[in-house]
Amino acid sequence: MAKRSAPEVNAGSMADIAFLLLIFFLVTTDIAVDSGLSRKLPPWDDTEQPDVIIKEKNIFALTLNSNNEVLLTSGGDSELVELNDLKSRAIEFLDNGGGEGKDACKRCKGAKNPESSDNLQKAVISLANDRLTDYKTYIAVQNEILAAYNEIRNREFVKDYPNLKMNYVEAVEMYQDKQTDTKVKDKLQEKLEAIKLAIPQKFSEAEAKRN
Amino acid sequence: MSKFKKKKDGGLPPISTASLPDIVFMLLFFFMVATVIKEDNLKIENKLPKANQIEKLDKNKPISYIYIGKPSANYIDTYGTEDRIQLNDKLQSVKEVQSFIAAERAKLAEELVPTLTVSLKVDKDAKMGLLTDVKQELRKTNALKINYTTKKGDAITN
Repeated sequence: MAKRSAPEVNAGSMADIAFLLLIFFLVTTDIAVDSGLSRKLPPWDDTEQPDVIIKEKNIFALTLNSNNEVLLTSGGDSELVELNDLKSRAIEFLDNGGGEGKDACKRCKGAKNPESSDNLQKAVISLANDRLTDYKTYIAVQNEILAAYNEIRNREFVKDYPNLKMNYVEAVEMYQDKQTDTKVKDKLQEKLEAIKLAIPQKFSEAEAKRN
Repeated sequence: MSKFKKKKDGGLPPISTASLPDIVFMLLFFFMVATVIKEDNLKIENKLPKANQIEKLDKNKPISYIYIGKPSANYIDTYGTEDRIQLNDKLQSVKEVQSFIAAERAKLAEELVPTLTVSLKVDKDAKMGLLTDVKQELRKTNALKINYTTKKGDAITN
């Protein structure tokens, strides 16, 4: 009797099995969106704080009401602003550099309006919101303010370190990338800290108003 | 006259599907690798807003999630239509935030505790009131690193 070879296994249903698994993973997949606006909350402190006196011209006060309108109070007068204009208004304010003498701002490229902020160190942006403000408006305002800071930081980073051929945001990304070499990271950190110190995010949030 | 008929010529030969499993497996492996099985079963609406000044969260550092939004359609009868907080699998009140953070910290190695980031996943139509309360609670329990988790996109067109 001739030797029988082992019968071949039918692989026709392999595709079906794989499809079944594929569909299971397709359904359960939730490609992670773990990115967002990082912020730091001020620590809780029950003790009475001495009032810090800030010149009115150094404050860029934003108030969000329950109708999602943005009121901007700066340099003595108030007006409603559109979200679209917010970033350019914030840059105009931060970059103004109206200070003189020891308050003079070397980095500022703004209009030097004496009614607006003295220098980048002194300019404060404050944000107050109503309890009925929509979250999406709040995020949009946060985003625009961050964008304004990032734009100025980008400009100064490129100016200070032209040989790196990248801007501040790209440098932060590179710093956070796991594949970046530790030595490169250390050097980057120094530069990033220097820029953060030169253009601090003085961004204060008041507690939401009770209605 | 041959006994065997010559095979008829003409007509397209059937397309071989032998490589189909390989293709499907390739897709399968892609999804298996890219998948993060949902950690929490959401009982609330959670459409994240968009923003473009975003930073990626470091997956190596511990992250805790707090969800805020209106109860989803199935739960309106039980929980009403006001914004609610979801911690883990349950809808909770603001008071529970502190104990939630304490529990999250207890799970971590001690040296990692200060690096804990709280990811706030808030529905874009939620009101700020509840979020403000949550932020106050986080301040009280000294969980100061927060992240407003958003999608990538233009913030103004939210």
